[in-house]
Amino acid sequence: MGYVAVKGGTKAIEASIKRLKYERLKGQDSIHVETILATMRGMVDQVMSEASLYDPYLAALAIKQAEGSMEEAVFLLRAHRSTLPRLYYSQTMETENMFVERRISASFKDIPGGQLLGATYDYTHRLLDFQLIEETKSDIEQWLSEYEQEVNCSNPQEEVIYFPKVVDYLREEGLFETNPLENTPPDDITKKSLQFPASRSERLQVLTRGQTGAVTSLGYASLRGYGQVHPTVGEVRVGNLPIYVSPPTEEESEYEDDYYIGEVKLTEVESFVPVMKQNNRNKKELEFEIGYGICFGQNETKAIAMSILDQCLDHPEAPYPTHDEEFVLLHIDSVESTGFISHLKLPHYVTFQSKLDSVRGVKQEVEKDEN
Amino acid sequence: MKTKPHFAFLDEGSKKEIRRTILKAVAIPGYQVPFASREMPIARGWGTGGLQITLSLIGKEDVLKVIDQGADESVNAVSIKKLVQSTTGVEITEQTADASLIQSRHRIPEVPLTYKQILVLQVPMPEPLRVYEAKEYKTKMLHAEQEYSGAWLMLFEQIMKYGKTSTDADHPVYVNDRYVMAPSPIPRFDNPKMNQSEALILLGAGREKKIYAIPPFTDVTSLAFEDYPFAKEDFTNKHCYLCGADDVFLDELIDEHSGETIYQCNDTSYCMERLNSNQKEEVGSVDA
Repeated sequence: MGYVAVKGGTKAIEASIKRLKYERLKGQDSIHVETILATMRGMVDQVMSEASLYDPYLAALAIKQAEGSMEEAVFLLRAHRSTLPRLYYSQTMETENMFVERRISASFKDIPGGQLLGATYDYTHRLLDFQLIEETKSDIEQWLSEYEQEVNCSNPQEEVIYFPKVVDYLREEGLFETNPLENTPPDDITKKSLQFPASRSERLQVLTRGQTGAVTSLGYASLRGYGQVHPTVGEVRVGNLPIYVSPPTEEESEYEDDYYIGEVKLTEVESFVPVMKQNNRNKKELEFEIGYGICFGQNETKAIAMSILDQCLDHPEAPYPTHDEEFVLLHIDSVESTGFISHLKLPHYVTFQSKLDSVRGVKQEVEKDEN
Repeated sequence: MKTKPHFAFLDEGSKKEIRRTILKAVAIPGYQVPFASREMPIARGWGTGGLQITLSLIGKEDVLKVIDQGADESVNAVSIKKLVQSTTGVEITEQTADASLIQSRHRIPEVPLTYKQILVLQVPMPEPLRVYEAKEYKTKMLHAEQEYSGAWLMLFEQIMKYGKTSTDADHPVYVNDRYVMAPSPIPRFDNPKMNQSEALILLGAGREKKIYAIPPFTDVTSLAFEDYPFAKEDFTNKHCYLCGADDVFLDELIDEHSGETIYQCNDTSYCMERLNSNQKEEVGSVDA
C-alpha cells in the first residue's frame, strides 16, 4: 500500500529523523564549528558562494549539520536567508581596491604589478600525504612559527601596493571597447523573479550563486565544442574587499558618511575573448570582449567558468544551449535542481492512477479499432 | 548563538510581497504572476510555492489542513504541517469542513469547499504551454496574445494518434474565458470542482516562481472538443472497499491475501469521516 495511506506516518517520520541523528552521532565523535572554519576553507567558501550568503561561521555550522553534504549545507543556509530582513544594499565595490592575496594573468607574462601566486593547489602534485594522518597540534605550531620567521626574514614591503587591472593596460591600446560607466541600480533576483530577456545584473547574480559543478560543466561544454567562446584568462584575482553601506536616512550621502560593515573574500576573473567586429568603415576587425566571473570565497574554477558563460550569454545568436539564457540560467541553481530531482521520491499515487486510467483508455480504444 | 524563529518563518517584508502577488493573481484569474520565490526549509518541488502562500496568509486564528495526494498523513503533508505549526502554533485539523486554510498537493478534497475557505494548491509546472514551447519568453507572449492553438493541437494530435485525448493529471483548463491554465497535477476527476468554486483557489509554484489564482465563482472549463468531450477518470462499478463510496477518486490497491484488485477512497479524511458516521448510525440503531 506504500507509505501514504498508512496511519502513523507521523511516527514513522519522527523515527526516520531520529535515525538520521543517530547516523550523525554513532561514530561517537563530533567536530567543532571552529574546527570546520579552520580546516575546511574550500568547503566553507563553496557553501557561501552557492548559498549567496556571506557568513563563514553559519556556513561552517551548516556543514556540520549537513554532515558535509554540499547540497544540504547550501540548502540550510538559503533557507536561513529567507528569514532575514533585507535592510541595505551596499555601495558599489571597486575590485581595484581589493586587498589582493593572489593575482595571475594567463595573457601576459609581465603584467603591471607582477604575478602574485598566493595560495593555490595549482602547482601541487595531487599525491595523498599520509603524514597528515599523524599530524599533531605541536607539529602545526612548530611549522607555523618557522614559517612566520621565514616570512619576516624576507624583507616584507612596507607599503601596500595597488594592483591595476590587466584590462586597463589593453584598453589604453584600444584593443577593448571603452564603455561608459553603467550606474543603473542592479535588479535583485531575490526580490523580483528572473524575467526574460534577463538584464546583465540578473544574469551575473544567477551565475555567481550557481552550483559550482553545474557552472563548471556548462562552461566546459562551451569551451569544448558546444559554444563559441574560447577565452584567455586575462586576470584572476583573489582577496578581500571592504563593504560599505550608506546611512539609510540620507538620500544622497557623501562617501565619508558611509559605514564600513566588514569585508568579503572574493575570486574575480576577467576573460578575454576575441570577436570579429565591423568597424565604421564596414570592415571586419578583430577586437576583444570581456567575460566576467566573480564569486564569494576562493573558487577559481567556478569564477572562470562563469566568465565563459557570461560571454556566451552576450551572444544569444550562437546556436548552442550554452548561449541560451533560459537554458543556462534556469538550470544551474543548486537548491532548485536538487529539490526538483529529489521530489521524484514523493508519492505520486494520484497522478500515476490518472496516468493508468489514460493508458488503459487508449489501449481499449486501440483494441476496438483492431477488432 | 540562538535565534528565535519569526512567526510563520518568513520575514514580514517577504510576506507582504507575496500577498501583493496574490492580490494581483486574484485580479487576473488564471494569469501566472511572477514573484521572487524564497528558499524554504523544505525542498524546491516539495510544495514551497504552496507553503509560501500558506505562510504569508496564515494568522493565529486560522485552522490548517494539509494533504498530499489525498492523504493527511503522507510524509510530506506531515512535514509541512509540522513546520507551519512549529512557527505559528495554529490549530491543525484533518476535517475538511473545519479548516479555514487547506494546502494540498494534487487533490481537491471530496467535501465541497465553502466561501469561508481558501484552497492552496502546490504546483510543479505552472506553464500549460511548456509541453510544446520550452522558452518562458515565448510562452509569455503566447498568453498575452491568447494564442492557444498549440494547446488545442496537442489534444487534436492525441485524438488522431489514439482515438481519444490521452491527458492524465494536470489537464489544462480555460479560466474566465481568457487564460489557459495548468490546474496543477490534480486528476481530471477534480477539474470540474474548480468551476464556480465557492472557495478561493490559490496556486503556488515555488521553483518556477509563479503564483496564480481562481477567485470564487469563476468559470473554469477543461479544454475539450464538442465531439470529443472531456472525460474524468473512469471508476464505474468500482467503490471504496472500506466505506463503500462510489462517487469519489479511488486508489487502486492489491489485496495482499486474495491478490485481487480493490479500491479505496484516495481522500483519507473523507473516508474516515464516512466510516465514523456509519459506525455512529449502527451504534445508534442498537441503542434505539
